[in-house]
Amino acid sequence: MTAEARTQDVPELQERFDGLIAADERIEPRDWMPEAYRKTLVRQIAQHAHSEIIGMQPEGNWITRAPSLRRKAILLAKVQDEAGHGLYLYAAAETLGVDRADLLDALHNGRQKYSSIFNYPTLTWADIGAVGWLVDGAAIINQIPLQRCSYGPYARAMVRICKEESFHQRQGFELLHDLSHGTPEQHAMAQDALDRWWWPSLMMFGPPDAESSHSAQSMAWRIKRHSNDELRQRFVDISVPQAEALGLTIPDPDLRWNEERGHYDFGVIDWTEFQEILAGNGPCNRQRVATRVQAHEDGEWVRQAALAYAAKHSDGERDVAAA
Amino acid sequence: MSSGLPLWEVFIRGRRGLSHQHVGSVHASDAEMALRNARDLYTRRGEGVSIWVVPAASVSASSPDEKEPFFDPAGDKVYRHPTFYRIPEGVKNL
Repeated sequence: MTAEARTQDVPELQERFDGLIAADERIEPRDWMPEAYRKTLVRQIAQHAHSEIIGMQPEGNWITRAPSLRRKAILLAKVQDEAGHGLYLYAAAETLGVDRADLLDALHNGRQKYSSIFNYPTLTWADIGAVGWLVDGAAIINQIPLQRCSYGPYARAMVRICKEESFHQRQGFELLHDLSHGTPEQHAMAQDALDRWWWPSLMMFGPPDAESSHSAQSMAWRIKRHSNDELRQRFVDISVPQAEALGLTIPDPDLRWNEERGHYDFGVIDWTEFQEILAGNGPCNRQRVATRVQAHEDGEWVRQAALAYAAKHSDGERDVAAA
Repeated sequence: MSSGLPLWEVFIRGRRGLSHQHVGSVHASDAEMALRNARDLYTRRGEGVSIWVVPAASVSASSPDEKEPFFDPAGDKVYRHPTFYRIPEGVKNL
């Protein structure tokens, strides 16, 4: 189909593409699209998919140690959802003409990234609450506008994901609420988790607008609809009253309501920490990728066996048909 | 390291009375595994009562509408729509 498209007049195709974007219509897999648009989407969707499946690790870490059967069943279901979200997104990426196996290779050899938040360790059970409440909460704020992203398959995957995320966030909030209103030790554990996860969660929205390299073009293409700083502000505004309901204190002395702006002001983010983690020097970078590669390699014989079984099975069918 | 499990398109009937709708794709070695993977991936919350899986390579599709004449035949036949016809005022049940 791309060969067909090349025989046509590119300026005309570009004009049609621009018209669809301007009319807020969706671009679908077989439509002509500028190569840079396709590349941006592949990069973003793959990175999003990688984040979902790497995100299984910090939480999977606590499945065997969940404090009750109820919590264990919930956490198991949540981690399964993360795998599912990864697969929805890989499927969306594949509509752009890439192969999932190649994307996984790119994750394994470091050519493609995943959200830096998953390079922090989950040290206590309260971290599972903080991850659900804050990390999934931040993800929801990032993902809601992506449901209207200009690329159809990505937007549709986001609709499914957003529906499922709300359980993720609520189970985390409930978990933290129980701890916060438990014994003094449990309360302290909940506060400690908030202390460690608050600032990394704010970094999930990406660098400040002035320094965000891909933002302007992505906004023009309607892949992205709000700036990093806008979404970060929304997250802070939503989280402050929720922290109050939890009875926990957000670790930011500069956090206060600004009557004039109608928003909370908050302190300066330590972007050097963010850059360090991006550069591969976070607490868990190597461990996350190594665990992922190990899981993939351990599964290779299963995939090979399944293919061998399918080949044998279809030969058998042919024999029957021939007889 | 590529394992090359083939791609299958997945269609789900949400409930009785509705037709199957495309929801996405899965990788699987055969139809049985594709059905199971599709169940695990697309119906974790009871979103379906029936699943179809089709090898992605078996789907034939029309070209996108880059000035394509494929859908043109319908373009100039407005008389296929009921609103094309003039009906005298007051005539009912038509």
